[in-house]
Amino acid sequence: MTERDEDRADALFHALADRTRRDIMRRVLAGEHSVTALAARYGMSFAAVQKHVAVLERAGLLTKRRSGREQLASGDVAAVRSVASMLAELEQVWRGRIARIDELLAADPGDRPPDQED
Amino acid sequence: MPVTDVQHDLDALTLTITAAFAAPVTRVWQVYADPRQLEKVWGPPTYPATVVDHDLKPGGRMTYFMTGPEGDKHAGYWQITAVDEPTSLSFEDGFADLDFNPNPELPVSRNVYTFTEHDGGTRAVYVSTFASAEALQQVLDMGVVEGATSAINQIDDLLAT
Repeated sequence: MTERDEDRADALFHALADRTRRDIMRRVLAGEHSVTALAARYGMSFAAVQKHVAVLERAGLLTKRRSGREQLASGDVAAVRSVASMLAELEQVWRGRIARIDELLAADPGDRPPDQED
Repeated sequence: MPVTDVQHDLDALTLTITAAFAAPVTRVWQVYADPRQLEKVWGPPTYPATVVDHDLKPGGRMTYFMTGPEGDKHAGYWQITAVDEPTSLSFEDGFADLDFNPNPELPVSRNVYTFTEHDGGTRAVYVSTFASAEALQQVLDMGVVEGATSAINQIDDLLAT
């Protein structure tokens, strides 16, 4: 690992070494949330939640944008997951489907040609 | 194993998976042409699919919902772009609300399925392409829940490396 990778790993581990921040990540990976909406989810002040969001942002795990008076946070998928791991996951889904097609074809071969007998 | 080849194209965000089925091309096509067969193979056992509309013509739609273990329903659609029965089918696969109105906020994947005769059986090639890493993530999170892998598990994996 390069020094830069080590720094990034430090920031990442620090950012995720907190239950609230992991919970925020789970929400913003599923879709964009305003910081206000996130703050309403936790029994802590808006300022405290804003600090958590800032830590995640510094670690490169989420990005923020402004929309009017709102700050909107969304998870940076690429920071959390590699395309390779996602394609591997999708491959597993497809392997499941193909296994089911195979089973269905074996259980129900469909119409047979008339000259073929059991 | 029916899966004979898998290609991951990281730049094009494309999964190409090839399978060999011990059945004629026309029989494999029936799996897609018959909504009752299609729903048997589309959803995993934990999220069985129910096909509602089924119009496999260019411009037509197939709509479905999947029902989760807690009764949660997730709807989607195929917008058919090309059909060459019984050898190929192209469509965009997207998410919808429970009235099957497409959800424009969620990603669409482009899919091409091709079936050709091979060694007395069928060679099936499934190609799925995504517009972005985010789109791929959302599809994994929302539609295809086999194994119930969530984003948080991926964070755990990252921490374990």
